Formats: sequence, structure tokens, C-alpha cells
Amino acid sequence: MSRRVSRRTIGDHVQGYAFLAPTVLVVGLFTFAAIFFAVFMSFHKINLFKLEMTFVGFDNFTKMLSLEKTRVAFLNTIRFAAVVAPAQTALALVIAAALNSRIRARTAFRVVFFLPTLTSSAALTMIFMFLFSIPGPFNQILTGLGVIPEAVNWTNEIRFALKVIMAMNIWSTAPFFMTLYLAALQDVPISLYEAAAVDGASGIKQFFHVTVPHMRPITAFVFVTSIIGTLQMFDQAYIMSNGSGGPSNATLTMALLIYQDAFGMQNAMGRASALALILAAVIFTFSMLANRLNKNEKPYG
Amino acid sequence: MKRKARSRTLMYVILVIYALVTLYPFLWTLSASFKNYAEITGGGFGLIPKAPTLANYIELFLVDLLFPRWVMNSFFIATIGTVINVVLNSMAGYSLARVTFRGRDAIFYALLAAMTIPGQVLLIPNYMLIHRLGLLDSYGSILLPGAVNISYIFFMRQYFMNFSKDVEEAASIDGLSRYGTFFRISIPLAKPAIATQATFVFLSFWNEFTRPMLYLKREILFTLPLGIQRSQSKYAGITQWNEVLTASIVSIIPILLIYIVLNRYFMQGVRMEGEK
Repeated sequence: MSRRVSRRTIGDHVQGYAFLAPTVLVVGLFTFAAIFFAVFMSFHKINLFKLEMTFVGFDNFTKMLSLEKTRVAFLNTIRFAAVVAPAQTALALVIAAALNSRIRARTAFRVVFFLPTLTSSAALTMIFMFLFSIPGPFNQILTGLGVIPEAVNWTNEIRFALKVIMAMNIWSTAPFFMTLYLAALQDVPISLYEAAAVDGASGIKQFFHVTVPHMRPITAFVFVTSIIGTLQMFDQAYIMSNGSGGPSNATLTMALLIYQDAFGMQNAMGRASALALILAAVIFTFSMLANRLNKNEKPYG
Repeated sequence: MKRKARSRTLMYVILVIYALVTLYPFLWTLSASFKNYAEITGGGFGLIPKAPTLANYIELFLVDLLFPRWVMNSFFIATIGTVINVVLNSMAGYSLARVTFRGRDAIFYALLAAMTIPGQVLLIPNYMLIHRLGLLDSYGSILLPGAVNISYIFFMRQYFMNFSKDVEEAASIDGLSRYGTFFRISIPLAKPAIATQATFVFLSFWNEFTRPMLYLKREILFTLPLGIQRSQSKYAGITQWNEVLTASIVSIIPILLIYIVLNRYFMQGVRMEGEK
């Protein structure tokens, strides 16, 4: 009997390890080894062509922090997050609340709203670049209405380029957060709305006095998740400026600067690693916060 | 009562306006794919082409030598990547849920920790690794680091944990080996979870931009998103908008089909993404 048990245990061990081996290998190499390597590289000067590394202490960090470009990228990223995260969160809540009221064609609306979330960043950016180009519909509508005297090259103007990406990002990511709100809204007791209606509260009042307070935990979670996403924004800025962060660094984000330093003409992989580590530390802090919020929110729904 | 009707009207107004804001860019692009270059860049925001033409599609699929390759490459990578992920994620999830062995909890927590590491910091070391492994400019550079997905390992683990033990025990009494039980009993029973996993993994491979952009240099190897971006930036200032916009529409169609056909699995996946 005891031999059978031990054979079973051995079999369990073999199966357990065999089934997990590919995962352990891939995650071990491309995540755990990689993060140690990233820390290592941030303290070295790296010559990618000769594959030589020289220890330089904190030089990469001090150099990186002293550069004007880092400041610009930092400010752009903060500006981007400060506009996009609240806008996305608010828009997602409003649309979810509207969808959750007893209306017809809910499924059809939901299907339509979700479309941008499914589309690749490349295709979306192409569409927006043309919509906001000189002959694009956005200019046609604005000049037609007399809002602006003549067409503006929105994606090539220092003042507007980042704003176009903001608009695109709000538009394409809000529907994802909307689905989180929709799930949470199912748990708000209908009696609360009925009571509010009996008290004579209008739809808008019900939204602010019942929906918003009830959604507070999930709003905190959505907001932090949105900040995490915006801090990492890369694809749209890269595609719109073809990697340059232009015009005049107007769309240069932290993630794009890391890319430029590491893979561009700069050949400054060590400095890029230092910047990546700092950005990662910030994002990691927000992730921990999001995890905590998500846990707190669980009993609620 | 009047008040109720008014607030309902407000809801419809919000929803219809937002639906238009969502749909208009797509519809405009769809309509542009049937217009010629002059009409697209000539201004106007109408959705009906003046002289509808299939020229853009013909140009992309029959004249352009690279575009059909990019479509095939994207299908190839997404399909192979999805198959690998489904097999490996399911095995890992099963092992974590159903098999007892030393170190299981340690691996579980290590994977949980790995999930919190932001991708930005892995970009450079992963590039160096891919470079050293000799995988630059090959699909291994995308398929190997993307061979497993921790979110879906946990998703499968959850699924297998809620699974009744009786069926598996009956199978083992019937003489099936533990591996036979996994492949012939557990996997077929996990079909809904696998469908959810497969749709999302396929979608993320199909839409992926950063890794192909970093790792693929030869045009003939490009994926669709990378090819679209490169064709747009190639002739700075005189972009062939008719082709770029048509290519964008082509890249959206497969996703749209999957979304419509597998909507049920999609919504399940969305919920899961939010909880990770």
C-alpha cells in the first residue's frame, strides 16, 4: 500500500514539473533573468556592436536625470496621464450607467462601443492620423461650422499633437473600463433607484446620489489601472511620430524615450535601462495600489 | 412619469451620440477604402463614395507583393502562437490546480510576482536575449517570449480547480493514464475556458505592435500592423492614404468576425482581464 502511495507521489511530481517546465523556462528567462539583467545594465555602459560592458556606477541615473529630454518626456507623460485617466474613468462610468438603465438595444450598443478596444493600435492610429489631417473630416467639420478659419495640421502642431493622442486613447480604452463598471452596476440594488425615484429624484440626481457613491471602490480601481496604462503609452506615440516623438518632442513619452535611447542613434542602452527601472518602480507602486483596491472591492462585487 | 420619460430620453441621447462617435471613424475609413486617392484627400466628410471602386483592394491583394505576405504572416504568427499558448497555459494551469508536488506554491507565487513587473523594464534585456539567442528577424522572437501567458495560466487554474474530481477518478479506474486523463478527459471538458483563452491570445498576437517592430527587420517578415505603420511613414508627407486606410480595414475584419461569432467567450475574457 505504501509503495503505491509513493509511486503515485512520484508520478505527481513528474507530471507537475513536466507540465510547468515550459512556463518556468519562458518566465524565468524573459521575466526574472531579464529583470536582473536590466538592473545590471543600468549600472553599465553598453556597446551593443562590440557587446562590451563597462561598470559606471550611478552615472546612467545622474546623466539621465540631468538631460532636458528626460524632463520633457516626464512632463508629457504626466500631462497625458493627468488628462486621460480622469476623462476615461468618467466617460466609462457615464456610458455604463446609461447602458444599465432600462433601454432597448442594450446589446447592440455594447457591441458597438467595444469596437475600438479590439482594433490594433496601428490601424487606430492610421485612422486618427487621417481624421485629423488637413483634408480630414475633423477639419472639414470645424471649418464648415466656422469654428476655425482654416484647416489645422493637428498631428504636426506642437500644441495639438499630444492632444490628438489623448483623444484617441480616451476613445479607445474607455469601453474596456465601461465593461468593468457594467459588471459592478449589476450589484446595485434596484430598490435604491426606486426609493430615489419615489423621493422625486431625477435621472441625473439618481446618477450622482446612487450610482456614483456605489461605484466609488471600482472607480478607484479603474482610475489607478488607467494611470498604469497611460504611464506606459508607447504604440500610439511611436506610430504617429514614426518613433521621433515629434513634432519637437511634443509626443515624446517616457516609454518612447526609453526606446530611442536604447535602439535609436543614441546607443545608450545603460541610460535607457536606468530610465526603464525608474518608470517600472513608479508603475509597480501603482500596481500594488490597484491590487489592494481590487481586493478591498471584492466583497462589494 | 413625465420625469422618467425625460431621463430615458437623456439616456438614449447619450448612447446614440456616443455610438456615433465610436462608429464614425470606422465607417468613414470603410467608405474611404472604396474611394480613390483624390476623393479621400480632396476633403469632405461624407460616408458615401462618389464613384465606388475596388481599386484599393485590388492594388493591395493583387498588385502589391508585400501586403498579402503581411496578412499571411499575421495569421501564421497568431495561429501558431495561440496553439502554443493554449497547450502550455492549460498544462501549467492544470498542474497548479490539480497535481500535488513540492514547490508548487513557490512557483505559483513566483508567477504572481512576475505578473506585476511592468513590460517597459523587460524591453531592453529581452532584446539582448533575443539577439544572443540568434532569433532576431525570425518569428521565434515573437513566439518564444510569448509562448505562455500568466493571466491565462491563472484563468485555467481557476477553471480546473472548480472541476469535479469524480470524472477524472472514473477515467483512471477505467485504466486511462494520468496523461491520458488530462488530454482525453480534462481538456475536452475545459472547452469553454479554452475558447475564451484562444480568442484573446489570438487577438493580442494579431494586434501586437512593439515586439514585431523591435525584432523584425526584413519587410517580407512584417506583420500586418507593422507593415501598415511602415507604409504610412515610408513616403513622409505623401502617404498613400487610400492604401493605408484600406489595409487598416483589412486588419480589422478578422477580429470583427471573431468578435461577432465568439461574443460569449469575449465577454467572459473581458471580465477576467479586469480582475487580474
